[in-house]
Amino acid sequence: MNFIPPDFTPASSEIFMLIMVCVVMLADLTAGDSRRYVAYLLTQTTLLGCALLTFISFSTEITHTFNGMYVDDAMADILKLMVYGTVSAVLVYSHSYISDRGMLKGEFFSLILFATLGMMVMISASHFLTLYIGLELLSLSLYALVALRRESLVATEAAMKFFVLGALASGFLLYGMSMVYGATGTLHVSQLAQIIQSEASSKEVLVVGLVFIVAGISFKLSAAPFHMWAPDVYQGAPTAITLFIGSAPKLAAFGFVMRLLVEGMGEMSADWQGMLIILAVMSMAVGNIAAIAQTNIKRMLAYSTISHMGFLLLGFISADSNGYSSALFYVIAYVLMTLGTFAMVMLLCRSGFEAENINDFKGLSKRNSWYAFIALLLMLSLAGIPPMIGFYAKLSVLQAVVNAGYVWLAVVAVLFSLIGAFYYLRIIKLMYFDEPETDEPITPNSDVRILLSANGFAVLAFGIFPQALMGLSLYAIQNSM
Amino acid sequence: MSFDFPLLSLIIWLPIVFGIAVFATGNDRNAQLARWISLVGSILGLLVAIPLYTNFDSATGAMQFIESHVWFERFNVSYHLGVDGISMPLILLNCFITPLVIVAGWEVIKERVSQYMGAFLVMSGIVNGVFASLDAILFYVFWEASLIPMFLIIGIWGGPNRVYAAIKFFLYTLLGSLLMLIAFIYLYLTSGGSFSIEDYHKLSIPLTPQILIFVAFLLAFAVKVPMWPVHTWLPDAHVEAPTGGSVVLAAILLKLGGYGFLRFSLPITPDASHYLATMMIVLSLIAIVYIGLIALMQVDMKKLIAYSSVAHMGFVTLGFFLLNAYGIEGAMVQMISHGFISGAMFLCVGVLYDRLHSRQIADYGGVVNKMPIFAAFFMLFAMANAGLPGTSGFVGEFMVIMGAMKVNFWYAFLAATTLIFGAAYTLWMYKRVIFGAVASPAVEGLKDISKREFVLLTILAISVLWIGVYPFPLTEVMHTTVDQLLIHVSNSKL
Repeated sequence: MNFIPPDFTPASSEIFMLIMVCVVMLADLTAGDSRRYVAYLLTQTTLLGCALLTFISFSTEITHTFNGMYVDDAMADILKLMVYGTVSAVLVYSHSYISDRGMLKGEFFSLILFATLGMMVMISASHFLTLYIGLELLSLSLYALVALRRESLVATEAAMKFFVLGALASGFLLYGMSMVYGATGTLHVSQLAQIIQSEASSKEVLVVGLVFIVAGISFKLSAAPFHMWAPDVYQGAPTAITLFIGSAPKLAAFGFVMRLLVEGMGEMSADWQGMLIILAVMSMAVGNIAAIAQTNIKRMLAYSTISHMGFLLLGFISADSNGYSSALFYVIAYVLMTLGTFAMVMLLCRSGFEAENINDFKGLSKRNSWYAFIALLLMLSLAGIPPMIGFYAKLSVLQAVVNAGYVWLAVVAVLFSLIGAFYYLRIIKLMYFDEPETDEPITPNSDVRILLSANGFAVLAFGIFPQALMGLSLYAIQNSM
Repeated sequence: MSFDFPLLSLIIWLPIVFGIAVFATGNDRNAQLARWISLVGSILGLLVAIPLYTNFDSATGAMQFIESHVWFERFNVSYHLGVDGISMPLILLNCFITPLVIVAGWEVIKERVSQYMGAFLVMSGIVNGVFASLDAILFYVFWEASLIPMFLIIGIWGGPNRVYAAIKFFLYTLLGSLLMLIAFIYLYLTSGGSFSIEDYHKLSIPLTPQILIFVAFLLAFAVKVPMWPVHTWLPDAHVEAPTGGSVVLAAILLKLGGYGFLRFSLPITPDASHYLATMMIVLSLIAIVYIGLIALMQVDMKKLIAYSSVAHMGFVTLGFFLLNAYGIEGAMVQMISHGFISGAMFLCVGVLYDRLHSRQIADYGGVVNKMPIFAAFFMLFAMANAGLPGTSGFVGEFMVIMGAMKVNFWYAFLAATTLIFGAAYTLWMYKRVIFGAVASPAVEGLKDISKREFVLLTILAISVLWIGVYPFPLTEVMHTTVDQLLIHVSNSKL
């Protein structure tokens, strides 16, 4: 019997990542506690190496490998490059935070890299099993990361909640997938689309399966009414980990939704559109209204995430490349803003002091007018005020929604974002209108200082020149469908 | 006439660049430097705007000084600028008011000077952008961005209840503009992918969508104007804002709403405008009569002037929806003149507030004994506010009343009551504050206006009288544009 080895090149960055995770673990073991920077530098190098590999292999062709279980297309490459950049920024932002809190262990880096690998697999999977493996690799690493500070009661509780609800969601997803398999006899994303199109399968079973899949996805995206875990986990996890959970995995989740719903079950868009509308409206309602009542900044940002995920789902409703590219642009903009916002929260933390309360933002402009200005840009962007990028993200999604004929939905969406503007304004109010409660100086390391300033300005610059990211999003979607 | 130099871009970006430079001077150790840079920036901003008037061709109603570059292709949005007879005077007004505001805050603002001055410069550039944009998204970006500096100005330098006022101001205006954004998106899709405002003017739309678009625009602009019943943010914002903030708010930001009606509502939805004109006129008349009565009862000077602003802006919207030349031109003159008068009134209150730290009418009395020069200026502006012939306040109101007379006698009758109410609330306040016996030892210690204040008020007094006596240079530039607008509006777009 002849064994033909599969083509490994489309997955070269994943393979490189896997090797490097092992290298990082071993290197850290030998380097010991005193030379932890070895692991840090190796991790950053790994991400850079992956980025180079992905960049070199970039092409607009759609390549399948491993018997069609894996796909490499423009969207996958672009999303992966974004993921590397995001993870790298997370590491820069969180470095001093975790070392101040005794969490700078080798596990931190290897777990982050494993999670990144999981995201890469999710983005590139074209088979339900690969999708699931990627998702679980990401989720299990995240559960462990949340619990990394094991002496902290809140963190352990958050990890427990995250794990139990996450496992439930995975169960939903698997159950849905098995129904889809039962109805169509395949788990391959591309074959699935053909079979659904030929209407050779039982529609009823498919729709029931779809319901479970959408529920599973909503769990992972933290869209209401499956959002319950998000506030607790965001609040309980160490801020550095919250930053990680809140940023890069959203990019992967976008890829996940694209593969599952759009590429696999795009023919059933009429069925999932309705579900997504309900999820989107509920998420925007719950997220924006509940956020007003929060006094914990991380909890508030969790609810803000929920509302943003609702807005993101709106992009899928039009079920065309215009809408998907708007959703992609939205998720990129969102990740950019979230990175900066949580970095701001960490900036306010000192050793022995956790910035948890929104009142910790009080008088920031008197303590340090530069960082207050950066935070101002970020908050306005989250609220969707031009000329920040958040506005263009909302504009492109709304445009897709109106284009799909749902003017009422666009009206609902802007009304909820009006409510949302209030709690972002409240942060601005605290920073600019109130007196500081402490005059502790804010002295970040120079790498954080540069990156955070760049992050804040990117929010403004991509707002003044939005074409780059918008064009990239459109390009990614058009070359992958 | 060809004019290749990107004059409008310069008018927009020069103040913004100076504003950033002022921010860069940092904390209050460099306060004096910040003041001077902002003064130079604002005066340069005024100087570069002068060619806009001198090179303006008043024989055409078409857009002039056009600049057009692709901004982002994804949605076919362009950086498209141009002015006509409606927007040009408003840009000049804005450029004229900015140096006055900078000077008005010269000694008064002692904390975070660079941020205060910089915010006004940036806002001046942004507002020029609003008036000059010919692309809906560009317009929207400038429109919303103008909220940010004003929000900070009210919130940081405002009075005791400033946080409430700032957030109310922001959310109120945001509500209206978000619906306008949806109207833009709808127009973008029906026009086959264009955000150009001039394309929208030519677009034919059925009546029902026209009415919906009109309502979306109405919410955005009515909040800004502000029209009754969405005016309640204005008194709060005015009372809490620092003097400079009140001046800019009344003189400039309220005009954004009026401008919006002329640029968007009337030409894009002419049938809906005709259809709903009566409703708009009734709302305007309520603002004129009812808000005039409310102003009569105020005990706080700033609140009184704020309500009088609402009443005067009611005249503006009344003029627009009379849909005849007298009405619209009168409303335009009223907008410019209100810019001068309300600005001057707020400055006068600011002069008193800086000395006594009270805005309550009851705390004053007999000021004329201590501040005779000031009292004379205040008299002039109070008379102008009441619409005395010979001042700019009269010209606009008279034209609008003439326009109203052509449509319906009772409209004109009700509108004319403003001449009585306006005189009543303004002069009664003037009497209580300025005349009578010296009310308290604090008033006894008042010093008359400084040179700085004298210059400020003189400039405004000349402007008020000039437009009152000889409004021709102002009406001349807008005449052709208004005529064209009227022809455009009278053609159905169904």
